[in-house]
Amino acid sequence: MARSSGFREAKGDLRLESVTKSFGDFTAVDDLDLVVPRGSFFALLGPSGCGKTTTLRMVAGLEQPSAGNIFIGETDLTGSRPYERPVNTVFQSYALFPHLTIRDNVAFGPKRRGDRNAMTLADETLQLVQVDHLASRKPAQLSGGQQQRVALARALVNRPEVLLLDEPLGALDLKLRRQLQVELKRIQTEVGLTFIHVTHDQEEAMTMADTVAVMNHGRIEQMGRPADMYDLPLTSFVANFVGRSNLGVGQVVDRDGDNLVAEVQGTKVKVPLARANAKDGTVMFGVRPEKVRVLRSAPEGGGDDVKGTVLDVSFTGVATEYLVRLPSGTVWSCYEQNLDVDPIDLRPGDDVWISWDPAHAFTVAADEAEARAAEEATA
Amino acid sequence: MSALAHVGQAGGGGPTDPAPAQERAGRSWLPYLLLLPGALWLFVFFVIPLLQLFTVSLQSQFPGYPGYYYRDVNFSNYLRALTDFAPQFGRSLLFAGLATFFAFCLAYPLAYAMAFKAGRWRNVMLIAVIAPFFTSFILRTVAWRQILADEGPVASTLNALHLLPGGHITETWAAVVAGLTYNFLPFMVLPIYASLERADHRVIEAGGDLYANGFTTFRTVTLPMSMPGVIAGTLLTFIPAAGDYVNADLLGADNTKMVGNVIESQFFRVLGGFPVAAALSFTLMALILAMVFVYVRRFGTEELL
Repeated sequence: MARSSGFREAKGDLRLESVTKSFGDFTAVDDLDLVVPRGSFFALLGPSGCGKTTTLRMVAGLEQPSAGNIFIGETDLTGSRPYERPVNTVFQSYALFPHLTIRDNVAFGPKRRGDRNAMTLADETLQLVQVDHLASRKPAQLSGGQQQRVALARALVNRPEVLLLDEPLGALDLKLRRQLQVELKRIQTEVGLTFIHVTHDQEEAMTMADTVAVMNHGRIEQMGRPADMYDLPLTSFVANFVGRSNLGVGQVVDRDGDNLVAEVQGTKVKVPLARANAKDGTVMFGVRPEKVRVLRSAPEGGGDDVKGTVLDVSFTGVATEYLVRLPSGTVWSCYEQNLDVDPIDLRPGDDVWISWDPAHAFTVAADEAEARAAEEATA
Repeated sequence: MSALAHVGQAGGGGPTDPAPAQERAGRSWLPYLLLLPGALWLFVFFVIPLLQLFTVSLQSQFPGYPGYYYRDVNFSNYLRALTDFAPQFGRSLLFAGLATFFAFCLAYPLAYAMAFKAGRWRNVMLIAVIAPFFTSFILRTVAWRQILADEGPVASTLNALHLLPGGHITETWAAVVAGLTYNFLPFMVLPIYASLERADHRVIEAGGDLYANGFTTFRTVTLPMSMPGVIAGTLLTFIPAAGDYVNADLLGADNTKMVGNVIESQFFRVLGGFPVAAALSFTLMALILAMVFVYVRRFGTEELL
């Protein structure tokens, strides 16, 4: 039912169909197809300039796509103005109205929609985000974390069909960020709205979202549940952007039952066929650092292993990271959980064996440039 | 004292752990030291002349010796200023008010366009706004007088078309108000532009995101956010316009004289006019101060009070 203001009611999944956005010669978002199920917590993860914020702004109506359509349910929102969409944004810089009190900030949306209970709604929502005691202050009198909560309340109070969060925690310190992550998740579960969270912080995306989409160069590289994506990255970019990976370029040489056999820098390694996203020719082989074990002597058993030299040992409390130089010159990183009370007795220069279960290995299409770009983006 | 508090704040951005006593003592003098040249200047060239003017405004004439005064506490000068020159006071405030209103109507759209729509033309427009300052404002007003004169192109064209009711453009109150508007327009444009330019774009976008259409966003977000600039602009226009006499002198007639004209003629053309001129000056100052106080109290932001 359309109102006189042009406001479009829409309920359902958010759908982007072949959405493209170009600024001059630069294509920020490239032929993007995306479905975000209603009520889910969805994260768009990617390095700066990958097109994630542009995508968000197109959903909000602050930018119009150069091509393609944006739907909520069956309603086509393409071309409509921001104020006509059942979508609200929590801006990166909070963008609170500096001349209004906190209560008036939150009541702004409901008032514009002619809601008589705007003030009551505002107070209730401020309570939900636990800043109701600051209702009569001005934004400048609040801390960053408090402003963040107000910005969230100002969007939530409208009960939008889709709530967009543009790096909402980016300006906060680590401890506060952790705390608000948990709280955002709680609020999302409580109100049951579709949340789309844009971030470059892979940990934040993984801890909060039901589904994560990794964007790079205006396209989605991989989309799925955080655990699945971490366990089996499909591209070299994802392998290094979502967590870290030990990667090496090699040639597929053989098949052995359910396994692919590849030769990587002089070592024959096995990868389950189901985990091999690249099956022929030159491939990129990878194992996650925590799946690799560091041993003093040659291992016995079915795993793959290589001999190397310890380059560096860094103790991080929960785990210890070893950098091991392999005969080929590549440096692998291995995390060992500090489960035992034994002191760490490995020193740089020691000869060790590293070993891993082939069931944890994976292959992706060889693209060293992207792997490096991802590594730099997370550094 | 609030100026000093500011200096202290700006310097105290770092950690607040106690510094050695000696250093602190030295630093606490610094703001005063920095204020000293300006304070001295103002004292010698503002405070002393002001006091002098005040004593003049209370002087009386020697009977029988026109142009000679003696020190006195003669408030009748003020009474004369208010009774004899009430029309000029009224005109001053009215003309200044009108000029401020027209300048606002012209300046806001211009400043808005410069801040949000001008793109790469922004600097060109800024220079165009400031460019008139490169010539003296009296010269520019003289130029206007010639352009608008009865034999000038504008008035003669309008007269030929029978579109000018009185036959003149100059020597009318409209010409004075137009001159005031023109001369003080940059003082309105620049503060409004500065406050709009400083406004966070995302905040204006947030208005649209929260169901306010273009006009509502302007009314409820953009305009209130630019209020400090509007207040500064109106003050910078109204205050000098109310005391101005150049426009009324060059573009007006006898029946458009403002307080500035009267003060000028009492000082320089009327024998024995000094005390009344001084009283007029003080009355004008008091009137403007009172009006500004009420205005800022009513519309002001924390930044101004």
